[in-house]
Amino acid sequence: MCLGIPGRIVAITDADKLMARVDVAGVQREINIACVVDPGQAPDSIIGTWVLVHVGFAMSRIDEQEAQKTLQLLAELGEMQEELTAMQSTAQP
Amino acid sequence: MKYVDEFRDPERAAALQQRIKHLAAQIFARRGRPLQLMEFCGGHTHTIFRYGIEQLLPDSIELVHGPGCPVCVLPRGRVDDCVALAQRPEVIFTTFGDAMRVPGSRQSLLEAKAAGADVRMVYSPLDALALARKHPSREVIFFALGFETTMPSTALTVLRAAGENIGNFSLFCNHITTVPTIKAILDSADMKIDGFLAPGHVSMVVGETPFHFVCDHYHKPLVITGFEPLDILQSLWMLLRQIHGGYCSVENQYSRVVASGGNDAGLNAIHQVFELREYFEWRGLGSIDHSGVRIREQYAAFDAERKFSLVNLQIADPKSCQCGEVLKGVIRPWQCKVFGEQCNPQKPLGALMVSSEGACAAYYNFGDQQALIRLREENGVSV
Ligand code: SF4
Repeated sequence: MCLGIPGRIVAITDADKLMARVDVAGVQREINIACVVDPGQAPDSIIGTWVLVHVGFAMSRIDEQEAQKTLQLLAELGEMQEELTAMQSTAQP
Repeated sequence: MKYVDEFRDPERAAALQQRIKHLAAQIFARRGRPLQLMEFCGGHTHTIFRYGIEQLLPDSIELVHGPGCPVCVLPRGRVDDCVALAQRPEVIFTTFGDAMRVPGSRQSLLEAKAAGADVRMVYSPLDALALARKHPSREVIFFALGFETTMPSTALTVLRAAGENIGNFSLFCNHITTVPTIKAILDSADMKIDGFLAPGHVSMVVGETPFHFVCDHYHKPLVITGFEPLDILQSLWMLLRQIHGGYCSVENQYSRVVASGGNDAGLNAIHQVFELREYFEWRGLGSIDHSGVRIREQYAAFDAERKFSLVNLQIADPKSCQCGEVLKGVIRPWQCKVFGEQCNPQKPLGALMVSSEGACAAYYNFGDQQALIRLREENGVSV
């Protein structure tokens, strides 16, 4: 809930509602991107961007290197599985 | 237990450790007593234990584990409210997994579920909203929990529900706020904190400005900190640098995620949907002014508290439970009379044993058990 997990935006699923599909270590699900799209910015322009995902919302953009490092650390600590399982349980919107 | 050589970048860790020792020794020579530095956030507590960071620090630095674990500070009366809501036949009660096992005065949500209540674990408040769309004849309640980090997500979900006119969705709002709580800690008579590691993901939402009072009014240093072990070591060194230099300011160690102004869209959503409560009850800490938010009148239709006229009964913790003293840093987790024996992660008596971010669970899972037993005996904690 508080730690978040890095993922990459792979597609915009609903530009009006600011929803996108994100890929987190191979698991994909729909998330909200309202907090990472600037006013007036086209949602499409953030495809490919890495973001920190908290409870189904992209909360911050991060650079790719940083994202990979964090994912690797979470995996090493065995702390990724729980988050991924929770994400996957409701991955089909 | 992990040590420096297991860090991702052992050389940097060792270098930081040396610098910390060096500064801490000079500060200690001047003050003659150890520094008490608080990591507010449960995520930090978790990293500290996971990596044995306390073992890397000289005795002149004591880490005080703060109350920043939303699950741990949930009062029993609130869990009872959840259970009562979940037991209503029309209700689908949705919650993050972390909250399932928090003990109420009679049952946890997990026990209520086993007894037949419709309690469902969700990953996101958006999933709860999707359930409401799917089951229009049921009332779907989402148990909104967490500090400012998760507030934008629930606020945006309420805005979406309002936009779509979904009448069978509501929040049981138990969001809590960081800044008033840090203020309460600074005002508390039994706590003498010399500096703060501030929560990185709360700051990602609120930015740096709300923390300025810590320096301006209380003259304590504060460093916004990331969640990797090296982040924590670096931030500790930054705190020491301020203390040694005799100045204080808000520094941002986690600038790779935290913008100084926070997140505008997130803050706007929070302000649109939520307003401060006069006070909020914390497990173990009692009532703290302005430390929680509720849903604004305008969105009353999405407020489970109003919809079901909840009265927020206050229910004291069990007598043997010393969570409050641990939360305030007055005693260490292993000093609690029931630590390990009557209270452990399998059968938690207090909330600090429930979440992996709770200080007691951290000690239990990652502490050296033999050393803890020895400490308990030496200090006359009856086993
Ligand atoms: S050991 Fe259990 S009862 Fe004692 S402080 Fe920790 S969580 Fe609370």
